[in-house]
Amino acid sequence: MTPLLKVENISKFYGHRIGCKDVNFDLYPGEVMGIVGESGSGKSTLLNCLAGHLNPETGEVLFEMRDGAMRDTVTMSEPERRMLSRTDWAFVHQHARDGLRMNVSAGGNVGERLMAVGARHYGNIRENAIDWLGRVEISDTRVDDRPSQFSGGMQQRLQIARNLVTGPRLVFMDEPTGGLDVSVQARLLDLLRGLVREMGLSAIIVTHDLAVVRLLADRLMVMKDGHVVETGLTDQVLDDPQHAYTQLLVSSVLQV
Amino acid sequence: MSDYNFAYLDEQTKRMIRRAILKGLAIPGYQVPFASREMPMPYGWGTGGVQVSAATLTPADTLKVIDQGADDTTNAVSIRKFFEKTAGVATTEETGAASIIQTRHRIPEEDLREDQILVYQVPIPEPLRFLEPSEIETRKMHSLEEYGLMHVKLYEDIAKHGAIATSYAYPVKVEGRYVMDPSPIPKFDNPKMEMAAIQLFGAGREQRIYALPPYCKVVSLDFEDFPFEASKADHACDMCGATDSYLDEVIMDDSGGRMFVCSDTDYCTGRRQAGHMGAQAAAASAALEETAV
Repeated sequence: MTPLLKVENISKFYGHRIGCKDVNFDLYPGEVMGIVGESGSGKSTLLNCLAGHLNPETGEVLFEMRDGAMRDTVTMSEPERRMLSRTDWAFVHQHARDGLRMNVSAGGNVGERLMAVGARHYGNIRENAIDWLGRVEISDTRVDDRPSQFSGGMQQRLQIARNLVTGPRLVFMDEPTGGLDVSVQARLLDLLRGLVREMGLSAIIVTHDLAVVRLLADRLMVMKDGHVVETGLTDQVLDDPQHAYTQLLVSSVLQV
Repeated sequence: MSDYNFAYLDEQTKRMIRRAILKGLAIPGYQVPFASREMPMPYGWGTGGVQVSAATLTPADTLKVIDQGADDTTNAVSIRKFFEKTAGVATTEETGAASIIQTRHRIPEEDLREDQILVYQVPIPEPLRFLEPSEIETRKMHSLEEYGLMHVKLYEDIAKHGAIATSYAYPVKVEGRYVMDPSPIPKFDNPKMEMAAIQLFGAGREQRIYALPPYCKVVSLDFEDFPFEASKADHACDMCGATDSYLDEVIMDDSGGRMFVCSDTDYCTGRRQAGHMGAQAAAASAALEETAV
Protein backbone atom coordinates (compact mmCIF):
# COMPACT_ATOMS: atom_id res chain seq x y z
CA MET A 1 0.00 0.00 0.00
CA THR A 2 1.27 3.47 -0.85
CA PRO A 3 0.88 6.32 1.62
CA LEU A 4 -1.69 9.06 1.02
CA LEU A 5 0.56 11.66 2.59
CA LYS A 6 4.32 11.56 2.92
CA VAL A 7 5.88 14.21 5.15
CA GLU A 8 9.62 14.63 4.80
CA ASN A 9 11.86 16.83 6.95
CA ILE A 10 9.36 19.60 7.53
CA SER A 11 10.86 22.52 9.45
CA LYS A 12 9.35 25.89 10.21
CA PHE A 13 11.10 28.71 12.04
CA TYR A 14 9.76 31.95 13.41
CA GLY A 15 12.91 34.05 13.21
CA HIS A 16 15.39 32.23 15.45
CA ARG A 17 12.69 30.35 17.26
CA ILE A 18 11.75 26.84 16.21
CA GLY A 19 8.15 26.23 15.14
CA CYS A 20 8.72 22.60 14.32
CA LYS A 21 11.84 20.80 13.17
CA ASP A 22 12.60 17.78 10.98
CA VAL A 23 9.22 16.13 11.13
CA ASN A 24 8.83 12.92 9.13
CA PHE A 25 5.91 10.56 8.87
CA ASP A 26 3.70 8.68 6.41
CA LEU A 27 -0.07 8.59 6.55
CA TYR A 28 -1.88 5.72 4.87
CA PRO A 29 -5.41 5.80 3.44
CA GLY A 30 -8.05 5.33 6.12
CA GLU A 31 -5.59 6.01 8.90
CA VAL A 32 -6.10 8.54 11.69
CA MET A 33 -2.99 10.13 13.11
CA GLY A 34 -3.02 12.02 16.40
CA ILE A 35 -0.54 14.75 17.26
CA VAL A 36 -0.36 15.57 20.97
CA GLY A 37 1.79 17.86 23.02
CA GLU A 38 1.53 20.85 25.31
CA SER A 39 0.73 24.39 24.18
CA GLY A 40 3.58 25.82 22.13
CA SER A 41 5.01 22.43 21.21
CA GLY A 42 4.60 23.17 17.51
CA LYS A 43 1.68 20.90 16.74
CA SER A 44 -0.54 23.62 15.25
CA THR A 45 2.43 25.01 13.30
CA LEU A 46 3.00 21.56 11.85
CA LEU A 47 -0.66 21.14 10.96
CA ASN A 48 -0.77 24.53 9.23
CA CYS A 49 2.37 23.65 7.25
CA LEU A 50 0.78 20.41 6.11
CA ALA A 51 -2.51 22.08 5.15
CA GLY A 52 -0.77 24.82 3.16
CA HIS A 53 -1.66 27.68 5.50
CA LEU A 54 1.99 28.23 6.38
CA ASN A 55 5.04 27.89 4.19
CA PRO A 56 7.66 25.59 5.77
CA GLU A 57 11.33 26.55 5.41
CA THR A 58 12.46 23.06 4.45
CA GLY A 59 10.94 19.73 3.58
CA GLU A 60 8.29 18.23 1.38
CA VAL A 61 4.64 17.33 1.85
CA LEU A 62 3.84 14.73 -0.79
CA PHE A 63 0.15 14.07 -1.37
CA GLU A 64 -1.27 11.34 -3.55
CA MET A 65 -3.45 13.08 -6.15
CA ARG A 66 -6.53 11.42 -7.65
CA ASP A 67 -4.47 10.25 -10.62
CA GLY A 68 -2.17 8.37 -8.23
CA ALA A 69 0.84 10.65 -8.65
CA MET A 70 2.59 12.00 -5.55
CA ARG A 71 2.80 15.81 -5.67
CA ASP A 72 4.65 18.16 -3.36
CA THR A 73 1.99 20.51 -2.01
CA VAL A 74 4.58 22.96 -0.68
CA THR A 75 5.92 23.81 -4.12
CA MET A 76 2.72 23.39 -6.17
CA SER A 77 1.07 26.56 -7.48
CA GLU A 78 -1.37 28.40 -5.27
CA PRO A 79 -4.46 27.78 -7.46
CA GLU A 80 -3.72 24.04 -7.36
CA ARG A 81 -3.26 24.08 -3.61
CA ARG A 82 -6.45 26.06 -3.05
CA MET A 83 -8.28 23.66 -5.35
CA LEU A 84 -7.02 20.77 -3.22
CA SER A 85 -8.10 22.50 -0.04
CA ARG A 86 -11.68 22.71 -1.23
CA THR A 87 -11.93 19.26 -2.77
CA ASP A 88 -9.62 16.57 -1.40
CA TRP A 89 -8.75 18.30 1.85
CA ALA A 90 -10.81 19.54 4.72
CA PHE A 91 -9.78 21.68 7.67
CA VAL A 92 -11.75 21.70 10.91
CA HIS A 93 -10.84 24.69 13.05
CA GLN A 94 -10.90 24.72 16.83
CA HIS A 95 -13.26 27.68 16.83
CA ALA A 96 -16.20 27.01 14.54
CA ARG A 97 -16.39 30.75 13.85
CA ASP A 98 -13.05 30.57 12.01
CA GLY A 99 -14.35 27.89 9.68
CA LEU A 100 -17.94 29.07 9.14
CA ARG A 101 -19.53 32.08 7.53
CA MET A 102 -21.55 33.38 10.43
CA ASN A 103 -23.83 35.59 8.32
CA VAL A 104 -24.77 32.83 5.89
CA SER A 105 -27.41 30.17 6.61
CA ALA A 106 -26.43 26.62 7.58
CA GLY A 107 -27.49 25.38 4.15
CA GLY A 108 -25.39 28.05 2.44
CA ASN A 109 -22.42 27.15 4.60
CA VAL A 110 -22.61 23.50 3.59
CA GLY A 111 -23.37 24.39 -0.03
CA GLU A 112 -20.44 26.78 -0.42
CA ARG A 113 -17.87 24.09 -1.15
CA LEU A 114 -20.22 22.50 -3.70
CA MET A 115 -20.73 25.84 -5.45
CA ALA A 116 -16.98 26.48 -5.28
CA VAL A 117 -16.37 23.35 -7.36
CA GLY A 118 -19.06 24.29 -9.88
CA ALA A 119 -22.45 23.03 -8.62
CA ARG A 120 -25.08 25.31 -10.19
CA HIS A 121 -28.35 23.52 -9.46
CA TYR A 122 -30.09 25.00 -6.43
CA GLY A 123 -32.32 21.98 -5.78
CA ASN A 124 -29.41 19.53 -5.75
CA ILE A 125 -27.23 21.78 -3.61
CA ARG A 126 -29.99 22.15 -1.05
CA GLU A 127 -30.80 18.44 -1.01
CA ASN A 128 -27.14 17.68 -0.45
CA ALA A 129 -26.91 20.26 2.33
CA ILE A 130 -29.96 18.86 4.13
CA ASP A 131 -28.59 15.33 3.77
CA TRP A 132 -25.31 16.39 5.37
CA LEU A 133 -27.01 18.32 8.16
CA GLY A 134 -28.86 15.08 8.93
CA ARG A 135 -25.62 13.12 9.03
CA VAL A 136 -24.22 15.47 11.67
CA GLU A 137 -27.51 15.33 13.60
CA ILE A 138 -28.78 18.81 12.77
CA SER A 139 -32.52 18.88 12.04
CA ASP A 140 -33.54 19.91 8.52
CA THR A 141 -35.78 22.59 10.04
CA ARG A 142 -32.58 24.50 10.93
CA VAL A 143 -31.25 24.59 7.36
CA ASP A 144 -32.09 28.28 6.88
CA ASP A 145 -30.90 29.41 10.31
CA ARG A 146 -27.61 31.19 10.70
CA PRO A 147 -24.76 29.55 12.66
CA SER A 148 -24.93 32.44 15.14
CA GLN A 149 -28.23 30.97 16.32
CA PHE A 150 -26.60 27.56 16.91
CA SER A 151 -25.03 26.23 20.11
CA GLY A 152 -21.26 25.68 20.21
CA GLY A 153 -21.60 21.94 19.63
CA MET A 154 -23.96 22.44 16.72
CA GLN A 155 -21.62 24.99 15.16
CA GLN A 156 -18.80 22.48 15.37
CA ARG A 157 -20.94 19.77 13.77
CA LEU A 158 -21.99 22.23 11.05
CA GLN A 159 -18.35 22.99 10.38
CA ILE A 160 -17.67 19.29 9.97
CA ALA A 161 -20.61 18.87 7.56
CA ARG A 162 -19.41 21.87 5.54
CA ASN A 163 -15.98 20.31 5.24
CA LEU A 164 -17.01 16.78 4.39
CA VAL A 165 -19.67 17.59 1.79
CA THR A 166 -17.26 17.38 -1.16
CA GLY A 167 -16.02 13.96 -0.04
CA PRO A 168 -12.45 14.87 0.92
CA ARG A 169 -9.82 12.18 1.38
CA LEU A 170 -7.78 13.93 4.05
CA VAL A 171 -9.10 15.90 7.02
CA PHE A 172 -6.99 18.18 9.17
CA MET A 173 -8.46 18.84 12.60
CA ASP A 174 -7.14 21.41 15.04
CA GLU A 175 -8.53 20.73 18.52
CA PRO A 176 -11.97 19.79 17.16
CA THR A 177 -13.41 19.32 20.66
CA GLY A 178 -11.78 22.33 22.31
CA GLY A 179 -14.14 24.56 24.25
CA LEU A 180 -17.01 22.06 24.31
CA ASP A 181 -18.39 20.53 27.48
CA VAL A 182 -17.73 16.84 28.05
CA SER A 183 -21.11 15.39 27.06
CA VAL A 184 -21.13 17.40 23.82
CA GLN A 185 -17.51 16.34 23.26
CA ALA A 186 -18.51 12.70 23.64
CA ARG A 187 -21.26 13.00 21.04
CA LEU A 188 -18.99 14.84 18.63
CA LEU A 189 -16.27 12.22 19.02
CA ASP A 190 -18.82 9.48 18.44
CA LEU A 191 -19.98 11.25 15.30
CA LEU A 192 -16.45 11.85 14.04
CA ARG A 193 -15.48 8.24 14.65
CA GLY A 194 -18.53 7.08 12.70
CA LEU A 195 -17.86 9.40 9.76
CA VAL A 196 -14.15 8.57 9.61
CA ARG A 197 -14.86 4.84 9.51
CA GLU A 198 -17.84 5.09 7.18
CA MET A 199 -16.13 7.33 4.61
CA GLY A 200 -12.71 5.72 5.00
CA LEU A 201 -11.20 9.13 5.72
CA SER A 202 -7.63 9.74 6.58
CA ALA A 203 -7.25 12.35 9.27
CA ILE A 204 -4.62 14.24 11.21
CA ILE A 205 -5.90 15.40 14.57
CA VAL A 206 -4.05 17.92 16.68
CA THR A 207 -5.13 17.98 20.29
CA HIS A 208 -3.87 18.19 23.84
CA ASP A 209 -6.71 15.95 25.01
CA LEU A 210 -5.43 12.40 25.31
CA ALA A 211 -8.96 11.00 25.53
CA VAL A 212 -9.66 12.30 22.02
CA VAL A 213 -6.71 10.51 20.49
CA ARG A 214 -7.42 7.37 22.51
CA LEU A 215 -10.85 7.22 20.87
CA LEU A 216 -10.04 8.39 17.36
CA ALA A 217 -6.40 7.91 16.47
CA ASP A 218 -4.72 4.77 15.19
CA ARG A 219 -1.26 6.23 15.58
CA LEU A 220 0.16 8.89 17.81
CA MET A 221 2.95 11.42 17.53
CA VAL A 222 4.11 13.27 20.65
CA MET A 223 5.70 16.68 20.18
CA LYS A 224 7.75 18.83 22.50
CA ASP A 225 9.52 22.11 21.73
CA GLY A 226 9.04 21.65 18.01
CA HIS A 227 10.48 18.15 17.92
CA VAL A 228 8.78 14.78 17.64
CA VAL A 229 9.81 12.88 20.76
CA GLU A 230 7.83 9.69 20.38
CA THR A 231 5.68 7.93 17.78
CA GLY A 232 3.79 4.66 17.77
CA LEU A 233 0.41 3.00 17.95
CA THR A 234 -1.91 4.99 20.15
CA ASP A 235 -2.50 2.33 22.78
CA GLN A 236 1.17 1.44 22.84
CA VAL A 237 2.28 5.03 23.40
CA LEU A 238 -0.37 5.79 25.99
CA ASP A 239 -0.05 2.52 27.93
CA ASP A 240 3.72 2.20 27.76
CA PRO A 241 5.24 5.64 27.23
CA GLN A 242 8.99 5.56 26.67
CA HIS A 243 10.06 9.19 26.56
CA ALA A 244 10.18 11.14 29.79
CA TYR A 245 7.91 13.85 28.46
CA THR A 246 5.30 11.34 27.25
CA GLN A 247 5.36 9.70 30.67
CA LEU A 248 4.75 13.09 32.26
CA LEU A 249 1.94 13.82 29.80
CA VAL A 250 0.19 10.50 30.41
CA SER A 251 0.54 10.72 34.16
CA SER A 252 -0.81 14.29 34.16
CA VAL A 253 -4.23 13.14 33.05
CA LEU A 254 -6.70 13.47 35.86
CA GLN A 255 -8.22 10.12 36.82
CA VAL A 256 -11.85 10.47 37.75
CA MET B 1 -13.41 81.97 -20.03
CA SER B 2 -13.73 80.19 -16.74
CA ASP B 3 -10.91 79.99 -14.22
CA TYR B 4 -10.92 76.20 -14.25
CA ASN B 5 -8.73 73.92 -16.30
CA PHE B 6 -10.91 72.20 -18.90
CA ALA B 7 -13.28 69.82 -17.05
CA TYR B 8 -11.96 70.81 -13.58
CA LEU B 9 -9.15 68.22 -13.23
CA ASP B 10 -5.57 69.10 -14.15
CA GLU B 11 -4.06 67.45 -17.23
CA GLN B 12 -1.74 65.10 -15.29
CA THR B 13 -4.67 63.73 -13.32
CA LYS B 14 -6.68 63.21 -16.49
CA ARG B 15 -3.77 61.32 -18.03
CA MET B 16 -3.57 59.10 -14.97
CA ILE B 17 -7.29 58.37 -15.16
CA ARG B 18 -7.12 57.71 -18.91
CA ARG B 19 -4.36 55.17 -18.33
CA ALA B 20 -6.60 53.41 -15.81
CA ILE B 21 -9.51 53.49 -18.27
CA LEU B 22 -7.39 52.00 -21.06
CA LYS B 23 -6.17 49.27 -18.76
CA GLY B 24 -9.75 48.60 -17.72
CA LEU B 25 -10.85 48.32 -21.35
CA ALA B 26 -7.98 45.93 -22.06
CA ILE B 27 -9.06 43.63 -19.20
CA PRO B 28 -12.87 43.79 -19.24
CA GLY B 29 -14.39 43.64 -15.75
CA TYR B 30 -11.06 43.96 -13.90
CA GLN B 31 -11.01 46.64 -11.22
CA VAL B 32 -8.09 48.98 -11.90
CA PRO B 33 -6.91 51.00 -8.87
CA PHE B 34 -6.45 54.72 -9.51
CA ALA B 35 -5.51 57.74 -7.41
CA SER B 36 -8.98 59.19 -6.94
CA ARG B 37 -8.97 62.95 -6.29
CA GLU B 38 -11.01 65.03 -3.91
CA MET B 39 -13.90 66.46 -5.89
CA PRO B 40 -16.05 69.43 -4.89
CA MET B 41 -18.90 67.12 -3.92
CA PRO B 42 -19.33 64.47 -1.21
CA TYR B 43 -18.47 60.82 -1.74
CA GLY B 44 -21.56 58.95 -2.77
CA TRP B 45 -22.62 61.70 -5.14
CA GLY B 46 -20.76 60.36 -8.11
CA THR B 47 -17.16 61.45 -7.55
CA GLY B 48 -15.89 58.41 -9.46
CA GLY B 49 -18.19 58.94 -12.43
CA VAL B 50 -17.37 62.64 -12.52
CA GLN B 51 -13.62 61.95 -12.65
CA VAL B 52 -14.07 59.41 -15.45
CA SER B 53 -16.30 61.86 -17.37
CA ALA B 54 -13.78 64.67 -16.84
CA ALA B 55 -10.97 62.52 -18.24
CA THR B 56 -13.11 61.44 -21.22
CA LEU B 57 -14.65 64.79 -22.21
CA THR B 58 -13.38 66.82 -25.15
CA PRO B 59 -14.63 70.35 -26.01
CA ALA B 60 -16.60 68.88 -28.94
CA ASP B 61 -18.59 66.48 -26.75
CA THR B 62 -22.24 66.72 -25.80
CA LEU B 63 -22.96 65.58 -22.26
CA LYS B 64 -26.09 64.05 -20.79
CA VAL B 65 -26.38 63.23 -17.08
CA ILE B 66 -29.07 60.99 -15.64
CA ASP B 67 -29.90 59.96 -12.10
CA GLN B 68 -32.20 56.92 -11.77
CA GLY B 69 -33.10 57.48 -15.42
CA ALA B 70 -34.21 61.08 -14.90
CA ASP B 71 -32.52 64.20 -16.26
CA ASP B 72 -34.12 66.55 -13.76
CA THR B 73 -33.15 65.17 -10.33
CA THR B 74 -30.68 66.91 -7.99
CA ASN B 75 -27.68 64.73 -8.73
CA ALA B 76 -28.15 64.93 -12.50
CA VAL B 77 -28.78 68.67 -12.53
CA SER B 78 -25.80 69.52 -10.33
CA ILE B 79 -23.32 67.35 -12.25
CA ARG B 80 -24.58 68.74 -15.56
CA LYS B 81 -24.13 72.30 -14.23
CA PHE B 82 -20.69 71.36 -12.92
CA PHE B 83 -19.47 70.43 -16.39
CA GLU B 84 -21.27 73.35 -18.05
CA LYS B 85 -19.28 75.63 -15.77
CA THR B 86 -15.89 73.87 -15.69
CA ALA B 87 -15.73 72.48 -19.25
CA GLY B 88 -18.18 74.66 -21.14
CA VAL B 89 -19.38 71.65 -23.13
CA ALA B 90 -22.81 71.39 -24.69
CA THR B 91 -25.36 69.46 -22.65
CA THR B 92 -28.52 67.70 -23.67
CA GLU B 93 -31.34 65.64 -22.23
CA GLU B 94 -31.76 63.63 -25.45
CA THR B 95 -30.10 60.21 -25.32
CA GLY B 96 -29.52 60.15 -29.07
CA ALA B 97 -27.86 63.59 -29.15
CA ALA B 98 -25.33 62.89 -26.39
CA SER B 99 -21.80 61.62 -27.01
CA ILE B 100 -21.07 61.00 -23.31
CA ILE B 101 -23.77 59.96 -20.85
CA GLN B 102 -22.99 59.88 -17.15
CA THR B 103 -25.48 57.73 -15.30
CA ARG B 104 -26.45 56.77 -11.81
CA HIS B 105 -28.39 53.48 -11.47
CA ARG B 106 -29.88 53.18 -15.00
CA ILE B 107 -29.08 52.42 -18.63
CA PRO B 108 -31.14 54.54 -21.06
CA GLU B 109 -33.97 52.68 -22.81
CA GLU B 110 -32.85 53.83 -26.25
CA ASP B 111 -30.10 51.63 -27.74
CA LEU B 112 -26.72 53.34 -27.57
CA ARG B 113 -24.42 53.64 -30.57
CA GLU B 114 -20.74 52.92 -31.17
CA ASP B 115 -19.84 56.62 -30.97
CA GLN B 116 -21.25 57.01 -27.48
CA ILE B 117 -19.74 56.43 -24.03
CA LEU B 118 -21.73 55.49 -20.95
CA VAL B 119 -20.13 56.43 -17.61
CA TYR B 120 -21.47 54.80 -14.44
CA GLN B 121 -21.21 56.08 -10.89
CA VAL B 122 -20.28 53.14 -8.67
CA PRO B 123 -20.65 53.11 -4.88
CA ILE B 124 -19.05 49.69 -4.11
CA PRO B 125 -17.16 48.12 -7.01
CA GLU B 126 -16.40 44.80 -5.30
CA PRO B 127 -19.24 42.30 -5.92
CA LEU B 128 -17.86 39.93 -3.26
CA ARG B 129 -17.53 42.59 -0.56
CA PHE B 130 -20.60 41.81 1.54
CA LEU B 131 -19.59 38.17 1.85
CA GLU B 132 -15.84 38.61 2.15
CA PRO B 133 -14.74 41.75 3.99
CA SER B 134 -11.01 41.27 3.32
CA GLU B 135 -9.69 43.10 0.24
CA ILE B 136 -6.61 40.85 0.14
CA GLU B 137 -8.87 37.81 0.00
CA THR B 138 -11.26 39.21 -2.63
CA ARG B 139 -8.36 40.20 -4.88
CA LYS B 140 -7.00 36.68 -4.56
CA MET B 141 -10.42 35.27 -5.39
CA HIS B 142 -10.58 37.40 -8.55
CA SER B 143 -7.07 36.47 -9.63
CA LEU B 144 -7.70 32.75 -9.07
CA GLU B 145 -11.23 32.93 -10.49
CA GLU B 146 -12.77 31.53 -7.30
CA TYR B 147 -16.33 32.75 -7.60
CA GLY B 148 -18.27 30.09 -5.70
CA LEU B 149 -19.03 32.65 -3.02
CA MET B 150 -21.07 34.76 -5.42
CA HIS B 151 -23.46 31.85 -5.82
CA VAL B 152 -23.69 31.51 -2.04
CA LYS B 153 -25.28 34.98 -2.07
CA LEU B 154 -27.82 33.88 -4.69
CA TYR B 155 -28.40 30.63 -2.76
CA GLU B 156 -29.20 32.67 0.35
CA ASP B 157 -31.68 34.71 -1.66
CA ILE B 158 -33.59 31.66 -2.83
CA ALA B 159 -33.47 30.01 0.61
CA LYS B 160 -34.89 33.15 2.18
CA HIS B 161 -37.29 34.46 -0.46
CA GLY B 162 -38.04 31.51 -2.74
CA ALA B 163 -36.49 33.29 -5.71
CA ILE B 164 -33.38 35.31 -6.48
CA ALA B 165 -34.49 38.50 -4.77
CA THR B 166 -31.44 40.55 -5.75
CA SER B 167 -33.09 43.12 -7.99
CA TYR B 168 -30.28 45.61 -8.50
CA ALA B 169 -26.47 45.42 -8.59
CA TYR B 170 -27.01 41.91 -9.90
CA PRO B 171 -23.58 40.23 -10.39
CA VAL B 172 -22.42 39.46 -13.92
CA LYS B 173 -19.56 37.50 -15.43
CA VAL B 174 -17.64 39.37 -18.12
CA GLU B 175 -16.14 37.54 -21.11
CA GLY B 176 -16.19 34.32 -19.09
CA ARG B 177 -13.58 35.65 -16.69
CA TYR B 178 -14.17 38.43 -14.15
CA VAL B 179 -17.26 38.66 -11.97
CA MET B 180 -18.31 42.31 -11.89
CA ASP B 181 -20.74 44.53 -10.02
CA PRO B 182 -22.71 46.40 -12.69
CA SER B 183 -23.27 49.27 -10.18
CA PRO B 184 -26.78 49.48 -8.70
CA ILE B 185 -28.67 49.32 -12.01
CA PRO B 186 -31.89 47.28 -11.87
CA LYS B 187 -31.41 43.74 -13.13
CA PHE B 188 -33.84 44.70 -15.91
CA ASP B 189 -30.90 46.58 -17.43
CA ASN B 190 -28.40 43.70 -17.20
CA PRO B 191 -29.11 42.24 -20.68
CA LYS B 192 -28.58 45.71 -22.18
CA MET B 193 -24.94 45.68 -21.08
CA GLU B 194 -23.93 43.81 -24.23
CA MET B 195 -24.10 47.06 -26.20
CA ALA B 196 -22.39 49.02 -28.94
CA ALA B 197 -21.20 51.85 -26.69
CA ILE B 198 -18.15 51.84 -24.42
CA GLN B 199 -19.09 51.49 -20.76
CA LEU B 200 -16.85 52.97 -18.06
CA PHE B 201 -17.33 52.54 -14.32
CA GLY B 202 -15.85 54.91 -11.75
CA ALA B 203 -15.82 54.43 -7.98
CA GLY B 204 -14.35 57.53 -6.34
CA ARG B 205 -14.25 56.60 -2.68
CA GLU B 206 -13.09 53.04 -3.40
CA GLN B 207 -10.58 54.31 -6.01
CA ARG B 208 -11.40 51.80 -8.72
CA ILE B 209 -12.13 52.09 -12.42
CA TYR B 210 -13.38 49.25 -14.58
CA ALA B 211 -14.75 49.06 -18.09
CA LEU B 212 -16.59 47.09 -20.75
CA PRO B 213 -15.52 47.45 -24.37
CA PRO B 214 -18.29 47.44 -26.99
CA TYR B 215 -20.13 44.14 -27.63
CA CYS B 216 -18.48 42.53 -24.61
CA LYS B 217 -20.06 39.27 -23.43
CA VAL B 218 -21.86 39.92 -20.14
CA VAL B 219 -23.68 37.02 -18.46
CA SER B 220 -25.83 37.41 -15.34
CA LEU B 221 -25.10 34.69 -12.78
CA ASP B 222 -27.88 32.24 -11.92
CA PHE B 223 -28.76 28.64 -11.05
CA GLU B 224 -29.86 26.01 -13.58
CA ASP B 225 -33.23 25.65 -11.85
CA PHE B 226 -33.55 29.38 -11.05
CA PRO B 227 -32.54 31.13 -14.27
CA PHE B 228 -31.86 34.86 -14.44
CA GLU B 229 -34.91 36.97 -15.17
CA ALA B 230 -34.81 40.64 -16.15
CA SER B 231 -37.80 41.72 -14.11
CA LYS B 232 -39.80 44.96 -14.07
CA ALA B 233 -43.15 46.10 -12.70
CA ASP B 234 -45.92 44.19 -14.50
CA HIS B 235 -47.60 47.30 -15.88
CA ALA B 236 -47.51 49.77 -18.76
CA CYS B 237 -46.32 53.37 -18.33
CA ASP B 238 -49.30 55.52 -17.30
CA MET B 239 -47.90 58.53 -19.13
CA CYS B 240 -46.72 57.13 -22.48
CA GLY B 241 -48.12 53.60 -22.49
CA ALA B 242 -44.74 51.92 -23.02
CA THR B 243 -44.67 48.25 -22.03
CA ASP B 244 -40.98 47.67 -22.64
CA SER B 245 -39.43 50.25 -20.31
CA TYR B 246 -38.36 50.13 -16.66
CA LEU B 247 -41.02 51.73 -14.47
CA ASP B 248 -41.01 53.79 -11.29
CA GLU B 249 -43.97 53.40 -8.97
CA VAL B 250 -45.24 56.77 -7.78
CA ILE B 251 -47.63 57.05 -4.83
CA MET B 252 -50.24 59.68 -5.74
CA ASP B 253 -52.33 60.19 -2.60
CA ASP B 254 -53.04 58.76 0.85
CA SER B 255 -55.80 56.43 -0.34
CA GLY B 256 -53.67 53.97 -2.29
CA GLY B 257 -53.65 55.81 -5.60
CA ARG B 258 -50.50 55.11 -7.59
CA MET B 259 -49.10 55.35 -11.07
CA PHE B 260 -46.30 53.70 -12.96
CA VAL B 261 -44.10 55.91 -15.10
CA CYS B 262 -40.98 55.32 -17.18
CA SER B 263 -37.89 55.92 -15.06
CA ASP B 264 -36.17 57.14 -18.27
CA THR B 265 -37.70 60.63 -18.57
CA ASP B 266 -36.22 61.31 -22.01
CA TYR B 267 -37.68 58.08 -23.40
CA CYS B 268 -41.12 58.86 -21.93
CA THR B 269 -41.12 62.45 -23.24
CA GLY B 270 -40.07 61.29 -26.69
CA ARG B 271 -42.90 58.76 -26.85
CA ARG B 272 -45.51 61.29 -25.71
CA GLN B 273 -44.30 63.76 -28.32
CA ALA B 274 -44.74 61.01 -30.89
CA GLY B 275 -48.38 60.76 -29.84
CA HIS B 276 -48.33 57.72 -27.50
CA MET B 277 -50.50 58.02 -24.45
CA GLY B 278 -50.75 55.94 -21.27
CA ALA B 279 -53.91 55.11 -19.29
CA GLN B 280 -53.74 57.94 -16.76
CA ALA B 281 -52.58 60.52 -19.29
CA ALA B 282 -55.51 59.58 -21.54
CA ALA B 283 -57.96 59.84 -18.64
CA ALA B 284 -56.56 63.23 -17.65
CA SER B 285 -56.77 64.66 -21.18
CA ALA B 286 -60.34 63.32 -21.54
CA ALA B 287 -61.31 65.07 -18.29
CA LEU B 288 -59.64 68.24 -19.53
CA GLU B 289 -61.61 68.15 -22.79
CA GLU B 290 -64.86 67.62 -20.88
CA THR B 291 -64.32 70.71 -18.75
CA ALA B 292 -63.45 72.70 -21.89
CA VAL B 293 -66.79 71.72 -23.44
